[in-house]
Amino acid sequence: MNGYAIAQIIWWLLLGVLLVGLAVMVGMDMGVGASLRYVGRTDTERRVALNIIGPHWDGNQVWFILGGGAIFAAFPLIYATAFSGFYVVMLLLLWTMILRPIGFEYRSRIGNPAWRGAWDWALVVSGAVPMVVFGAAFGNLFRGVPFHFEWNMTSFYTGGFLGLLNPFAVTTGVLSLAMSVMMGSLTVMNGAEGTMAARARGLAQVAGTVAIAVFAIDGFWVHSMAGYHWVSGPGPGIPQTPLQQAVITSPGAWFGNFTAHPVLWCVPVLGFAGMIGAILAARAKFSHLGWWSGALAWIGVIGTAGSALFPFMLPSSSDPSMSLTVWNSSSSELTLRWMIGFTVFFVPLILWYTGWAFWVMRGKITPDMVESDEHAY
Amino acid sequence: MINGTVIDLSRLQFAATALYHFLFVPLTLGMSFLLAAMETVYVTTGRPIYRRMAMFWGRLFMINFALGVATGLTMEFQFGTNWSFYSSFVGDIFGAPLAIEGLMAFFMESTFIGLMVFGWHRLSKGQHLAVTWLVALASNLSALWILVANGFMQDPQGAAFDPTTMRMHLTSFQDLIFSPDAQSKFVHTSIAGYVTGAIFVAGVSAYYLLRNRHVELAKRSFRMAVLFGVLATIGVVTLGDALGFVDAQAQPTKLAAMEGLWKTEPAPLPLNLIAFPDQAQQRNHGAVQIPAVLSLLETHSLDGTVPAIDALERQAVRQVEDGIPAVQALQTLSRNPEDPAALAQFNAHREDLGYGFLVQRYAPDLTRVTPAEIRQAARDSIPPVAAVFWSFRVMVGTGLAMLAFFVLATLYSLRNRIQEKPWLLKLAMGMIPVPFLANEAGWLVAELGRQPWTVYGVLPTWMSVSTHSVGYMAFSLIGFVALYSTFIAIEMYLMVRTIRIGPPEARGPRGPQPRPRPMPAGGAFATAPHAARTGD
Ligand code: HDD
Ligand code: HEM
Ligand code: HEM
Repeated sequence: MNGYAIAQIIWWLLLGVLLVGLAVMVGMDMGVGASLRYVGRTDTERRVALNIIGPHWDGNQVWFILGGGAIFAAFPLIYATAFSGFYVVMLLLLWTMILRPIGFEYRSRIGNPAWRGAWDWALVVSGAVPMVVFGAAFGNLFRGVPFHFEWNMTSFYTGGFLGLLNPFAVTTGVLSLAMSVMMGSLTVMNGAEGTMAARARGLAQVAGTVAIAVFAIDGFWVHSMAGYHWVSGPGPGIPQTPLQQAVITSPGAWFGNFTAHPVLWCVPVLGFAGMIGAILAARAKFSHLGWWSGALAWIGVIGTAGSALFPFMLPSSSDPSMSLTVWNSSSSELTLRWMIGFTVFFVPLILWYTGWAFWVMRGKITPDMVESDEHAY
Repeated sequence: MINGTVIDLSRLQFAATALYHFLFVPLTLGMSFLLAAMETVYVTTGRPIYRRMAMFWGRLFMINFALGVATGLTMEFQFGTNWSFYSSFVGDIFGAPLAIEGLMAFFMESTFIGLMVFGWHRLSKGQHLAVTWLVALASNLSALWILVANGFMQDPQGAAFDPTTMRMHLTSFQDLIFSPDAQSKFVHTSIAGYVTGAIFVAGVSAYYLLRNRHVELAKRSFRMAVLFGVLATIGVVTLGDALGFVDAQAQPTKLAAMEGLWKTEPAPLPLNLIAFPDQAQQRNHGAVQIPAVLSLLETHSLDGTVPAIDALERQAVRQVEDGIPAVQALQTLSRNPEDPAALAQFNAHREDLGYGFLVQRYAPDLTRVTPAEIRQAARDSIPPVAAVFWSFRVMVGTGLAMLAFFVLATLYSLRNRIQEKPWLLKLAMGMIPVPFLANEAGWLVAELGRQPWTVYGVLPTWMSVSTHSVGYMAFSLIGFVALYSTFIAIEMYLMVRTIRIGPPEARGPRGPQPRPRPMPAGGAFATAPHAARTGD
């Protein structure tokens, strides 16, 4: 294995780290948004919920931006093909996501109940829809997506928009929404008091249970599904285009990596254990512990998908041999190396100052505080 | 084949969303520094009025910032959604600064902005000041990296096309980030942001001064803003000249379009102050010229000259002819990456590959390309002259006007006579839209002047788009227009409302009350008397 292949694998792992960052941090805020109207019944309660994540949502959202930027830099072919192929769904994601910054910032600036109610709904939509889309996008990777390339790498997407919302993708969408609601509820439980915390506690357990059930169902579903199997091609660490490989599909192929390396079974187990841990912690009112357990669950779920798909990143259903893999869609070695350098330096730094920001803003948010602070959302 | 309407709609959508994003960005860049400066004065002198200033302008800053973030999200994803060929073709180089921007700048800015807003009562004075400076620093870093990315499109340094992968590869990271285009663009653009912030703060302060409200706060804000502004405007104008100089080297077609230079003439070249360029006839109507100035500006000498459009077009014909075998070799290499003959042919003509792509728009099958098609491709290599020419004049004109304004305002403000000059205060208010206009015009120069390329000389715009249907493109364009129009209406409303209400402590008709805000110990939120104002 040459240096380029190692760089490709490191980037595949780093992408996993960034996706986990995205799922945990953005997912938590989205969960608070999606459950805003359930957890908060009065305007003050809703403001409490929003102010719990108020100082952090913007920083958290950068995991999402960075996820996009990192795919662009490290796997440009994936960025280009997936984002244009998923066009309408991407727009749905984008249009709902951009409601969020405005919702947070503008909602509390005017007291009018209709104004606030409208923004509450906007925040619910902008919490729920993006998480479903994320999850559904992952689901579609297992099904394969209908695209192919011309001689010069112009990509053509030949499916419709509804094809992306197939039943399997809907279940993965539900999984991602349920996990984010679970994380959001644990966050609210941690930052609020009294009835709000109690409602969030209940919701965290329900959402966690849904997540466990769907994760298990999806496991069986994938087992019966046609997976992709890499037959031949230039392979790791060799500059190439996706026009030079052969790929076939066969039922159960997505379990190939697990069969070859049984140690990988730890990853889905971590997923289940994290979810169960989060539920138990919520029940025992250890919201903090539950949050961390939920974060482990995300590692397990994303890790499971990654382990099953590797080395595939975006399989093509209309021409499997043009599927995008870690080997044929990554950037050049020089770019990968520079970007490894930047990522390895900055991600720990980011985690450190994010941690500091959470520490500075620690503690419960009470209705009193929200109503008396002119800077509160 | 790529549908022409899809290309136009993609361009329109990108232009609209980028111009829109850049309504908010300059104010973020400029105000973040002014906020940091105000707070620095507060911390060093301990005078609470500067704290109130920082808090008040901070509120306006946040209204603007929210839309900067929202519209920035669109930008980040639009390369993939709408420019997928572009993204896969240059992602190796272009993606890196974008990702680094996230790692280095957005995280810092967005994390500390939360502390800047919510941390007033939880951080020590020094800590809060540090946080505010970090926000200002980070917003400038984000400009740096995005402009490195954009600089690459204007003058592709540090990259080469690799026929084995059919895309561009990074050859030198240093060349990419230290490209002169990127560096001068960064300085010019971020300083243009400071000008914008300065005009905004000065204009809003003038509004209070004219109405005799919040006089102390407004006077000080006005003075800080115009001092900052006069320096920044001098910087923008000087560096604008430097940018023109860089363009003369890297993008001759842009420069010729900016100056409306159709025909080659002997040095010293006159400057077209006013003219009405006519693309079809390739000449100007009604030109008003100043002798010799263009040579001075662009070459910094009297006998220097820059190529005119007629010469550039002749050169483009040769380049198109040379590019055709390069594309043909590439087609062979796509089927058989090892083919030695094709590889040799490619290497012999690789310099002009982009020009080969340019003519492929008209002749998908290059074995049957006609001379007329070659001439058409060469003609395409000239950007829309009138639009570039006039955008450039709007930018320069407004820049000089702002410079004049700032010089006057600084003089009166330092002599403390600003309130005696209501006309100047009214002018300050009237100036508020001007820097926004200048900024948008500047981008039109930069981006229209780069046409027909997305990456100058390498990748034509027509090829860069995603292969969507017209229906999809219409759908998304309509969606963006609808959303963004709603957003701007809400934003303007909130801005005006927040400005009308004014800084909270001083709601009386005149001046501030000296009462400092209670500062509870132990990190709890404040319970200030005015504070429930937003909750009513
Ligand atoms: C307050 C805003 C503002 C003002 C007063 C000016 N500019 Fe500017 N200019 C910009 C804001 C701007 C900008 C929006 O920031 C641009 C767009 C792209 C870029 O890099 O900066 C720009 C671009 C831009 C370009 C094109 C860069 C390219 O091709 O990539 C040139 C040649 C100049 N400027 C030159 C000037 C000169 C000679 C000015 C003298 C008065 C001037 N600008 C004032
Ligand atoms: C925020 C400030 C910017 C503004 C206002 C702006 C404006 C524009 C405009 C008006 C166009 C349309 C030109 C045309 O098609 O005729 C355009 C095109 C484009 N710009 Fe920019 N631009 C900005 C920044 C950037 C940056 C920073 C990048 C890259 C990092 C970029 C990349 C592009 C691309 C990919 C296109 C589409 C291809 C093209 O039409 O040339 N733009 N931009
Ligand atoms: C067309 C290419 C561009 C892209 C892809 C882009 C991307 C983004 C994104 C994703 C954000 C939101 C960041 C957040 O959530 O914190 C943002 C905001 C911002 N962008 Fe842009 N942008 C572009 C053009 C520009 C230009 C040309 C500049 C400066 C010269 C600029 C400077 C900024 C600044 C200062 C902000 C303020 C908010 C922040 O940093 O969070 N952007 N941009």
